[in-house]
Amino acid sequence: MPTDRPTDRGFEARLDALREEALRRGVVADSGMAIAGGPIPSAAIAPVAYYGQPIVKPPVWTWQIGLYFFVGGTAGMSGVLALAGLLTGQPLAFVRAALAVAFAGAVISPALLIADLGRPARFLNMLRVFKWRSAMSMGVWTLLAFSGFATAALLLTVALPLLTRAGAEPTALGLVLLLVVAGTAAFGAVLATYTGVLLGATAVPVWSSHHRLLPFHFGVVALGSASAILELRGFHMAALQGIGLAVSAVETGVGAWLELTRGDAEARVLAHGESGLLMRAAGLCTGPATLVLRAVGWTDGAAVCFLLGAVLSRYGWLHAGRASARDPEETLAAQHRAG
Amino acid sequence: MASPTDAIVPSANQARHTYVADGRPVGFFTDPTVCIGCKACEVACKEWNQVPEDGRAWTGHSYDNSGSLGASTWRHVKFQELGRRLGPQKAGPMTGEAESPFGWLFVSDVCKHCENAGCLEACPTGAILRTEISSVYVQDDVCNGCGYCVVGCPFGVIDRRPAPLPGAGGAFKCTFCYDRQSGGLTPACAKACPTESIHFGPLDELHARAEQRVATLQARGFADARIYNPVDTSVGGIHAFFLLLGPPEEFGLPPRPEVPTVYLRGAWTSAAITSTLALLGACLALALF
Repeated sequence: MPTDRPTDRGFEARLDALREEALRRGVVADSGMAIAGGPIPSAAIAPVAYYGQPIVKPPVWTWQIGLYFFVGGTAGMSGVLALAGLLTGQPLAFVRAALAVAFAGAVISPALLIADLGRPARFLNMLRVFKWRSAMSMGVWTLLAFSGFATAALLLTVALPLLTRAGAEPTALGLVLLLVVAGTAAFGAVLATYTGVLLGATAVPVWSSHHRLLPFHFGVVALGSASAILELRGFHMAALQGIGLAVSAVETGVGAWLELTRGDAEARVLAHGESGLLMRAAGLCTGPATLVLRAVGWTDGAAVCFLLGAVLSRYGWLHAGRASARDPEETLAAQHRAG
Repeated sequence: MASPTDAIVPSANQARHTYVADGRPVGFFTDPTVCIGCKACEVACKEWNQVPEDGRAWTGHSYDNSGSLGASTWRHVKFQELGRRLGPQKAGPMTGEAESPFGWLFVSDVCKHCENAGCLEACPTGAILRTEISSVYVQDDVCNGCGYCVVGCPFGVIDRRPAPLPGAGGAFKCTFCYDRQSGGLTPACAKACPTESIHFGPLDELHARAEQRVATLQARGFADARIYNPVDTSVGGIHAFFLLLGPPEEFGLPPRPEVPTVYLRGAWTSAAITSTLALLGACLALALF
């Protein structure tokens, strides 16, 4: 057989060295040998858990889920903004724009969720049962109810002038509109926050150790995203600016708190590696960077910056969960702290 | 006068039974101190359940070539080499060092069939259910592969099977050979186990047998012999429990596993507060400015 190594004298010397080492020490180790020290491990290098293997499984979810967290959250909180607009007597155009975002999210979200399934053709099996104790089940039903209300609400706002002209009772019409928008807002708020519950109620250490923070964090970012999208659609209102400032201030606080607790053994993936980088980039975008852009008066830039951070944040948490589950030290640290 | 054969317990693994018809909770008690690492359980499980081959490679972790429990590995023999002596066992000096304490245990790992099962709670389709014999069973014809059970399991057992394997996309784990048991047969792994390291039987009988075994081992100098069965956590105990020589961490088992539903109350409270604050905040902002 032809070889591109014309002289193997160097390698023969390596083999001689290996034989000598084997005779001298009784055992030979090199990179690629997982058990340093040969077949008998020494106590000093005792690996964590079973040869450093993960104790829990990483999530199998694909790229659609991170995007769904963003789209569903934004749509949900748009429903909340629509109700707030209706209650505070904003122009119908504002309510309709917010509902349009909610409706768009209600259309895109199921598509993303179904695409992520291992067996997409069986997505309807989600509707076989209603389980309080499964955050996934609750999320599916919430999305379903939200979609119904958001669609009805948007149709109603679009048809409102028509219905009025046709002689519909204005008071009754207003009441029906309030009801469907309230439904959109109620289920929308759950849609924007349950994703935090979904991650929190798992065996993944970095998620479960933040099970109280996640729904809050996701909900706040979703509100900011909903507000930012309306700003980008031309609603340059002081109220949205205020919401944007408040949300970014809160996010700056959340980012700072995560920085302070990053020393925790069960949360080191938030500060280190790829997930750490993602989390910090997301925190910077949704927090200080947006605040600065708003302070200098570039509202559209701030909105885009926040939306970018909101997407990065969801992927950051998913990535952190994957890294966290693969690290047996995090799993053990979380359990020793709890125990 | 006691003869040596008195110590030999008649096999419970080969007999037919009616536990499914009787609705009697059954379990596995896996005793690594008599396991010889033959992998008969792994092979028996794969063959009976027609679990597809998902690749074999030497992991570099002792003689382990199946890695971990997963969608296509429902029994997994851990080859645990420990840097300390187990009980009065003596290992010869195999390295150049004068003192080379060494212990070796084979642990045949399996789905724990938890009292409070994280996968079962997480499943949004109702595909995962609890059987008459108190085992946790995945109905493959219902599962739509959402993957939530994968992160719901505190033991890292269940997983989604990747393409191109048969059944790809669905979540799989040990069925406790529910089909065999319905016909009065012992689970394949227990039936094939040559040393009865895998005990199969009604849970109460297994608990008694396990306690007795721990007492015997401790009397023989294995001071750290213990049962691994986290009854004092939210998991509430496991139906496939283990005897271990040393802390569970060393064998890749979580010392304090929690069923993830314990986090629901705190998380939903946070969600409710956040939702309320968001609506109030939005109203306030729109009303003020």
